[in-house]
Amino acid sequence: MSTTMTITPEPTTSDGIGDKPVLRVRDLQVTFTRAGKRIRAAKGVSFNVRPGKMLAIIGESGSGKSVTVRALMGLLPPSARVSGSADLDGRELVGLSDRKMRLVRGQEISMVFQDPARSLNPTMSVGAQIVESVRTHRTIGRKDAAERAIELLKLVRLPAPEKRFHQFPHQLSGGMRQRVMIAIALASDPKVLIADEATTALDVTTQAQIMELLVDLRERLGTAVIMISHDLGLAASYADEVLVMYAGQVVEQAETSELFANVRMPYTRALLEAIPQVSRPSHSALTVIGGHPPDPSQRIEGCPFRPRCVRATETCVTAPALQEHEAGHWYACWHPVTGALAPGPASGTDGEPGVLEPGEESDS
Amino acid sequence: MTTENSIEDTGPERPEPLLSVRNIVQEFESRGPGGVKEGVVHAVSDISFDLMPGETLGIVGETGSGKSTLARAVIQVDRPKSGSVVFRGEDLTGLSRKELKKVWSNFQMVYQDPFSSLNPRWRIEDVVAEPLDSHRSLSRQERRAKVRELLDLVGLDPDTYLRRRPMELSGGQAQRVAIARAIALDPAVIICDEAISSLDVLIQAQVINLFEKLRVELGLSYLFIAHDLATVKQVSDRVAVLYLGQLAEIAPSDRMYETPRHPYTRALLDSVPGLDPETGVAKRPITLPGDVPSPLDPPSGCRFRTRCPFAQDVCAAVEPRLEPCSGGGFVACHFPLDDDGLTTNGHPEGAKAAQPA
Repeated sequence: MSTTMTITPEPTTSDGIGDKPVLRVRDLQVTFTRAGKRIRAAKGVSFNVRPGKMLAIIGESGSGKSVTVRALMGLLPPSARVSGSADLDGRELVGLSDRKMRLVRGQEISMVFQDPARSLNPTMSVGAQIVESVRTHRTIGRKDAAERAIELLKLVRLPAPEKRFHQFPHQLSGGMRQRVMIAIALASDPKVLIADEATTALDVTTQAQIMELLVDLRERLGTAVIMISHDLGLAASYADEVLVMYAGQVVEQAETSELFANVRMPYTRALLEAIPQVSRPSHSALTVIGGHPPDPSQRIEGCPFRPRCVRATETCVTAPALQEHEAGHWYACWHPVTGALAPGPASGTDGEPGVLEPGEESDS
Repeated sequence: MTTENSIEDTGPERPEPLLSVRNIVQEFESRGPGGVKEGVVHAVSDISFDLMPGETLGIVGETGSGKSTLARAVIQVDRPKSGSVVFRGEDLTGLSRKELKKVWSNFQMVYQDPFSSLNPRWRIEDVVAEPLDSHRSLSRQERRAKVRELLDLVGLDPDTYLRRRPMELSGGQAQRVAIARAIALDPAVIICDEAISSLDVLIQAQVINLFEKLRVELGLSYLFIAHDLATVKQVSDRVAVLYLGQLAEIAPSDRMYETPRHPYTRALLDSVPGLDPETGVAKRPITLPGDVPSPLDPPSGCRFRTRCPFAQDVCAAVEPRLEPCSGGGFVACHFPLDDDGLTTNGHPEGAKAAQPA
C-alpha cells in the first residue's frame, strides 16, 4: 500500500505521559468509484489514539468521519480503495485480508452503532447474543461464556443483569439496548472501541448515561475510545482530544480544552456559532453560513471550505496543510481566527484581512 | 386535574387563544402475543394548554412521553379519548371527518425525515402544489405562480428546483420543500415533529432561521416538538415539559430555562451537554439515573417520583396538580424548586443539587 506521508501529525506527544498510541493512523485515503465517478471520501487522515483516552471525530454528514473508521474496521464495500497506514498495536490494518481482518474486528477493535434496535437480532435473547460474541473470539465453554456475559452486563451497568440475560431486545429500552451493544463490543477486551453516533438516537437523559458509561469504561479498562459525532457540545464535554473533519480532510485538531478555548479554523467557528444555546434568549437569530460541503466527486482546488468562508482570500486557492501552528494545536488554514471570538471577518486577522462575499454557492 | 381556564397565563396583552386544548386524554389498548389484552397505555393524561396567535409553544420530553401523540390528538388524526380542542371558537372533537378535512388546512405538519414525507416520483412543483390541488381550484398559471412564490419564501430558487425530484435534493433542501408545502394553504398552525433533528448543525441553523422568518412574515403559530432542549429554547415563547403523558411544567421559556421549577425540567436541562461558544468551556452533563417507567402502569401520585431525588411519601400518595408558580407558568410538583434550585421540602438533596456543576 502506498504510504505517502506528507502530513504526519503527532499531536500531544510533547505532554510526555509516555503513553504509546494504541492506534496510529497515517495518511488514510479512501476512494470509491460510483457511476464512473471517483469519489474521494477520506483524503489523508492522520491521528493517534492513546489507551484510556477518548478521541472525538466531528463533522457533518459526508465529511468522511464514518468512512474513516469503517476503513479501520474493514467494513467498507469492496468497491472502496483504501491506502495509507493504520497501525493497531503493531499490526497494520490497511491491506489486511478479509480473513485476517475478521480476527481483528470485534476482537481488538470493535464498534457500536447509532441504532441499537437494528444492530441487535430481534429473535435472539440478549444473553445468547453476548454469549455468541464471547465464543466467537475465544474457546470457552457455554457455561463460562454465560457467566462472562452476565459479567459484561454488570460492567455496562444494566440493571438486573440476570433477568435481562433471558430477555429479548424489544423488552429493553433504547438506552438498555445500547448498553447491551457496548457489552457485546467489549466481549473480547478490545484495545479500541469506536462509537459511531452511538448516542444520537437516544434521549438527552439516556445520552448522558451512555456517555458516562463510555468515559468510565475508558478509565477502568484502559480502552481507547473513538467517538464519531456531529455534536460539538457532546465532544467538548467528554472527549480528551477532538478532530474536526470537512470534505474528507482533517481541518483542525487539538486537545479538547485547547481546541474549544482557541478555535482557529473558520469552519469549526461556524459550527460553534450555529448551535442553539440554552443560555441565549428565544428568537435570537443564529449565525449561519450559506452553501454546501463540496461535491466529493469534484476535484477541489485549495482549501475545501474556501467557497463558504468569510475569511477566504486568493491565498486560499493553494491548499493549506494541516500543521501544528501552536503547541498541540493543528489546523489547516491560511487565515485562522485569532484573538477574541467576535464573529465576522473584522476580528483580528493575522495577515491580509481580505473579505470575500460569504457563501458563493455552486448550488441553491 | 386542571380546572377550566386555570392554565391560562397572565400575559401583558391577552388576545383570544388560537387553540385551546383542555383535559386531553389519549389511551391505547396494548395487546401482547396472540392479541391478548395486556393493558391500557396511558399515552396522554389530562393535558391542557393554550396556543396564542403567532406564538411558538415548544413541547419537550423523553421518548414515550406523549409529545407526538398529543399533537395527533390535538388535530384529531387520532381522536382523543376525552377532552376538548377549541380552534377559533369551534370544538374539533365534535366534528365529522368531512368537517375536519376543511379545518385541517389550518394545521400542517413538518416531520423529521423530509425524504419519507415527499413522494420520490413527483417533481418539486407537484409536491408543493399537492395541498393546493386538493383544497383550492387554481388555473395552471396561478398554480405555478403560487408554487414559485412558496419556493422563494423558503429560500429555494424556483427556476432551479421546480423541475427537480426529491432525490436530487440535500436533506436541508428537502426539508425546505416540505416547509413550502406546509405553508401552501396559509395555515394558522405548523406542527413541527422533530423537524430539524436529522439535519446537520449548519443546515439546522438555516432551517431554524427559516421557521423564525416565516413566523414573523406570515404570523404563524408553531407547536414545536423536539427532544433537543437548546433548539426548543431558540424558537419557543413558551415550553411545555411532558413526562409520561402528563404536563410537568409549562412556562415562558426564559423563565423555565433560567429557573426550572420541576425537578424533571431541571434534570433534563442538566443532561444537555453545554458548550459556551465564547469561552469554549464545556459543561459536563449531570445524569438522571433510571429509565422512564412503562406507560402501561405509570407510578401512583407523581409519575416522576421514581426518579426524583426529592421525592417524599406524599409524592406517591397524591397526584400533584398543575399550579401557577413564581416567575410565571405552571408546575405540577409538591415541592417545586425555587430560584436557587432549592426545594421547599427541606430535603438534604435539595441543597446538594443546588450547587452549580
